[in-house]
Amino acid sequence: MKIQEHTVSAHNFEECMKCTVCTAYCPVLQVNPLYPGPKQAGPDGERLRLKDPYFFTTALKYCMNCKRCEVSCPSGVHVADLIQAARIKYDKSAPKLRDMMLASTDFMGRMARPFAPIVNGITSLGITKTVLDATLKIDRERTFPKYSAHGFESWLWRHSREQSAFEEQVAYYHGCYVNYNYPQLGKDLVKVLNALGVGVQLLQGEKCCGIAMITNGMSDKARKNAAKNMEALSKAVDKGLGVVTTSTTCTLTLRDEYPQLLGVDNSYVRDSINLATRFIFEKLSKGAELHFRPDFKMKVAYHVPCHLEKLGWGVFSEKLMRMIPGLEFTLLDSACCGIAGTYGFKKENYKVSQEIGAPLFEQIRLVDPDVVACDCETCKWQIEMSTGYKVMHPVSILAKALANQD
Amino acid sequence: MKFDTVIIGGGLSGLVSGISLQKAGRSTAIVSAGQNAMHFFSGSFESLTEAPERLMEIFSESGVNVHYSKGVRLMPLGTFKESSLSLEDISIFPDPAFARKVMVVNLAGYHDFFSSFIAEGLEKTGIGCRVCTIRLPELEHLRKSPSEMRSVQIARVMDRIWEKVMQEIRLMLKDEDAIVLPQVFGLQDITVPARIREVIPAKVVFTGTLPPSVPGLRTQMQLKRYYETLGGTFLMGDEVVDAHCHDGSVHSVETRNLGRHYLEADNFILATGGFFSKGLAATPQEVYETVFNLDVEYSEDRNAWYDPDFSKDQPYLDFGVKTDEALHPMRDSVTFKNLYAIGSILGSTRKEFGTASGGAILSAFHAVDKILSGK
Ligand SMILES: Cc1cc2nc3c(=O)[nH]c(=O)nc-3n(C[C@H](O)[C@H](O)[C@H](O)COP(=O)(O)OP(=O)(O)OC[C@H]3O[C@@H](n4cnc5c(N)ncnc54)[C@H](O)[C@@H]3O)c2cc1C
Ligand code: SF4
Ligand code: SF4
Repeated sequence: MKIQEHTVSAHNFEECMKCTVCTAYCPVLQVNPLYPGPKQAGPDGERLRLKDPYFFTTALKYCMNCKRCEVSCPSGVHVADLIQAARIKYDKSAPKLRDMMLASTDFMGRMARPFAPIVNGITSLGITKTVLDATLKIDRERTFPKYSAHGFESWLWRHSREQSAFEEQVAYYHGCYVNYNYPQLGKDLVKVLNALGVGVQLLQGEKCCGIAMITNGMSDKARKNAAKNMEALSKAVDKGLGVVTTSTTCTLTLRDEYPQLLGVDNSYVRDSINLATRFIFEKLSKGAELHFRPDFKMKVAYHVPCHLEKLGWGVFSEKLMRMIPGLEFTLLDSACCGIAGTYGFKKENYKVSQEIGAPLFEQIRLVDPDVVACDCETCKWQIEMSTGYKVMHPVSILAKALANQD
Repeated sequence: MKFDTVIIGGGLSGLVSGISLQKAGRSTAIVSAGQNAMHFFSGSFESLTEAPERLMEIFSESGVNVHYSKGVRLMPLGTFKESSLSLEDISIFPDPAFARKVMVVNLAGYHDFFSSFIAEGLEKTGIGCRVCTIRLPELEHLRKSPSEMRSVQIARVMDRIWEKVMQEIRLMLKDEDAIVLPQVFGLQDITVPARIREVIPAKVVFTGTLPPSVPGLRTQMQLKRYYETLGGTFLMGDEVVDAHCHDGSVHSVETRNLGRHYLEADNFILATGGFFSKGLAATPQEVYETVFNLDVEYSEDRNAWYDPDFSKDQPYLDFGVKTDEALHPMRDSVTFKNLYAIGSILGSTRKEFGTASGGAILSAFHAVDKILSGK
């Protein structure tokens, strides 16, 4: 008998019991009255949109896709997925040039890298910022991520022989950020994994995960990237390799946004994609050991990025850092820093973005740590720009605390 | 991942047990599938007839301000209800005639606070009433989407501007000896309700709004923060999806996010709440417990589950898992020796603890004592 108890609605939206809990946790709703909020934009709006697409509103673009509504919902409604899926389905307006540029992290990185010192110089100039602000509506208050002259991929290529000497191997999905902006994080990961007796190799033909394309109205392009990534990941899994990552957002995208938002079947690879911190924790709990410097001292305040909170894996980073002797650990309150990928770069969002982050910045100043730990690259930009405190990835902190091997 | 105790459910009962165990030096983790019933909390801990010392200790260490006095409190629809242990925001009166004349203050555009019902109720008890609405420019931006002008959004603004608002209210006061305000004060800054009482030259009564509950949300945040500073691991937004049991004892549980990293522990506490939080669920045929499929006490006759009169006490709210004296639940009549059921999931099956939040607290202490004494 087919009765209501057996029906499952798209993104679980019929499970919504209108309790309003999500509205208390949506960072955007607290500061931007133009945004209808998770309940209205999500399950409430979906009922109307199913009746008539007329009820779709472009105000849904204010959603940062931070997933905090989903984490707080007691009924298991995939609120943020509903909102992003509605944007994909109903928003037919062409993305702006600015949004296309911000979303093409891969392309922009490749273009900028050979000229890294020049590009970094130019994007930090007041005049450039004024021009970007006026022409592209990229807020002039933003500091730009720096481009690195030498990509991580070429570095790892050069070290591939040493890496293949290790008996155990993993493939590393490094993402655009490590390749173009911050190769040091990739090098830190290699150092820590090597200390555990694990060699690191590149995937064959990794592409940008595409999250910025999804949130900037370019889901067709994102789907193309997803297909290429599925190919690269499947090849690794065929060879029996596990895949490690250091970006929480890429990880969430590869594991959850592909099937939920793009309709890409990733079941063959999903369980093999692991955040590095989780992989390291796993090795250690199976008996592997890391040796730390006896003189290491660091006061760390840990900010769990939104997408890591959604993955539910912040606990691995926390446990790893707490393992380091000499590390004084404080867990910061669960809060959004306000950047949400490309969101905070846009002029129309800058103010909102800074207001959202304010309580977090305030708490960081209060704790006054040596270093803020955080697993997300865009949070790093935001927190460093807004507080002046240095932000390090937990993997980099581990690498720094390791005793010298020789 | 191994802990001394794993707690399933992060509502009031889960947090009180987690805090107590951490304080006793045990390592614990709380897994919680989402937020909880505290978001609908009135501010009064019902069904507590006393204020246990160790509860007061936990509250004071977490920064939760409470007071204890027997009497009645004013409800959102203008009725009165018996109360004792309450958050500091809540006023308790010896009897409903708490004032001569009251000014009920609402905020322009705010639909979740029923000022006219309150006025009607108060007039029935012989209290004179005047309803005033204040228009605040700082709240105008919220009115752009009227359905989203909710308690929490207002409270965030009030944390900044309450002093100015109180000045305005003082000017509006005539011969009233009390004012009634919606509970939208002191979300981040817990000192605000007490400071409001200092600056208003009349009794100040904060009264419930539609959810989310500002004092409930704040209390939940405070308890969770305290639990984490004690070293507890809070896994928010994760859900226990499977349990590995053997011979009447639980070995580990599996969560949706951690997958093959099973959470192992010597003891487990089930604090998943009632129907509202999905600790219990029903099909047209049966009522069941959602994690372990434990034995549940409920009526076989489906017509007896609810009272067609909506406003009456509903019998299904009494349904709960069956437990022995130590709060061990059972499945197919086999008792789980290292599992404890606490809080709303008990329904009214253990009347000695009382229901509501008082029951959640007392059953949590009971289970903690059993765990610490090794039974
Ligand atoms: C709307 C409402 C208003 C109330 N108001 C009051 C009041 O004003 N005063 C009063 O004294 N009492 C009130 N109560 C009674 C309230 O139930 C108790 O006071 C108390 O808060 C219950 O706490 P609890 O920890 O048992 O359950 P809950 O607070 O319900 O928490 C249970 C938690 O377990 C989680 N959970 C469920 N299944 C799983 C799973 N499989 N894995 C992981 N986590 C899971 C849920 O997501 C939830 O977070 C109210 C109850 C409701 C429903
Ligand atoms: S994803 Fe974040 S911004 Fe979007 S509705 Fe949910 S909580 Fe709000
Ligand atoms: S928290 Fe979940 S159930 Fe509650 S209103 Fe939001 S989507 Fe609906």
